[in-house]
Amino acid sequence: MMQLTLEFGGGLELLCESKKIHNVNVEPQNGSDKLIMKDLLAWVRTNLIKERPEMFMKGDTVRPGVLVLVNDCDWELSGQLNTSLEDKDVVVFISTLHGG
Amino acid sequence: MDETGAKPKRSGARLCCTCNQRRAALKRPKTLEQICRECFYDVFEEEIHQVIVTNQLFKPGERVALGASGGKDSTVLAYVLSKLNKKHNYGLDLFLLSVDEGITGYRDDSLETVKRNEIQYGLPLKIISYKDLYGWTMDEIVKVIGLKNNCTFCGVFRRQALDRGAAFLKVDKLVTGHNADDIAETVLLNILRGDIARLSRCTSITTGEDGPIPRCKPFKYTYEKEIVMYAYFKRLDYFSTECIYSPNAYRGFAREFIKDLERIRPRAILDIIKSGENFRISTTTKMPEQGTCERCGYISSQKWCKACVLLEGLNRGLPKLGIGKGRISVNDSEDRNGSDRGKSIASKQCGTLDF
Repeated sequence: MMQLTLEFGGGLELLCESKKIHNVNVEPQNGSDKLIMKDLLAWVRTNLIKERPEMFMKGDTVRPGVLVLVNDCDWELSGQLNTSLEDKDVVVFISTLHGG
Repeated sequence: MDETGAKPKRSGARLCCTCNQRRAALKRPKTLEQICRECFYDVFEEEIHQVIVTNQLFKPGERVALGASGGKDSTVLAYVLSKLNKKHNYGLDLFLLSVDEGITGYRDDSLETVKRNEIQYGLPLKIISYKDLYGWTMDEIVKVIGLKNNCTFCGVFRRQALDRGAAFLKVDKLVTGHNADDIAETVLLNILRGDIARLSRCTSITTGEDGPIPRCKPFKYTYEKEIVMYAYFKRLDYFSTECIYSPNAYRGFAREFIKDLERIRPRAILDIIKSGENFRISTTTKMPEQGTCERCGYISSQKWCKACVLLEGLNRGLPKLGIGKGRISVNDSEDRNGSDRGKSIASKQCGTLDF
């Protein structure tokens, strides 16, 4: 079991009952011993997103325009969907799609 | 400001390509460089400074109003511009200017953010409301016209409201937080709509220099991703809720398309802006002549400005007046520029565009 802190911002919190910070426990998926972002996204979609999932995801990844940071580092630097997660990691999702 | 919440660096973390010392925090869409937080702040601010200097956006001693919605772009703009103003001695008097459209549960909340920004950045704030200017709030307008053309009203009214607020503050310039993604989006929309007049204007960094209050866009080349990253890392206080009345579907499609392009090739955003800049209108194309509204004196290419036409419709109980290519129109009866005016590019409906 892996303990993670997930944070939703830029309007994405509205998709999960207006709660910005979620402390969650996620099991590594598919019998593997590690968890990657791809698995986490699927988990979030099933377990946290309560409405309009299309605002959060497109296909098997986040919708373009949603920024993802793992431990305050842009996931584009860590392999995006293949970023592997460790216990106590902090994952932040921010939508850039709301007005300026 | 908490900037150190992250876990200590993990093995194999990449180093910043600028300082080669600290852990990279983001990949810049413009250059694809990996860069640390501190170097990112520097380059982000410096690039905006360069845009301001190169394009001579301001003169020393000018009074400048910042169109402030409480959203990410205008919040970051207020923060960066007041920082640069001090650092580089621009000598500007900065003001926050907000429009209260009268949308309960949306604008009232975002105005609270602007009021906090007023204190956080020490910039005087002026709020100008649709109710005071036009006698109608957007809530009241939506009750009458429904959710179909409400964005047209709001867009037309906002443009004029900002000008009136700027006149009230006696400023020399109005700056807005439109970013590179917004501008690329608008280029596409204007092409799709065949709106040549706006296409040629929408990429200009400064517009309305012939009018009373020029507007400029210091974030013209700034990626939305970097604005949001900057706001996030600096923990800036901004408001991010979609307007309750605005699905604004058409712009939404363009926006999504731009974001899809960005994912494949981030440079595409700057390339679209460049293409927009390079559009040239043939000299034989008849462009609308700029005059003033006979009713309120605001700039208009027609007898009455768009806001007055829309307002007349609301007050007479004919809210469709001035929407689309409807048959009833105040301006059709006594057209100042002859009978073919109705077919000219000026009659294209594009009220939701702010450019």
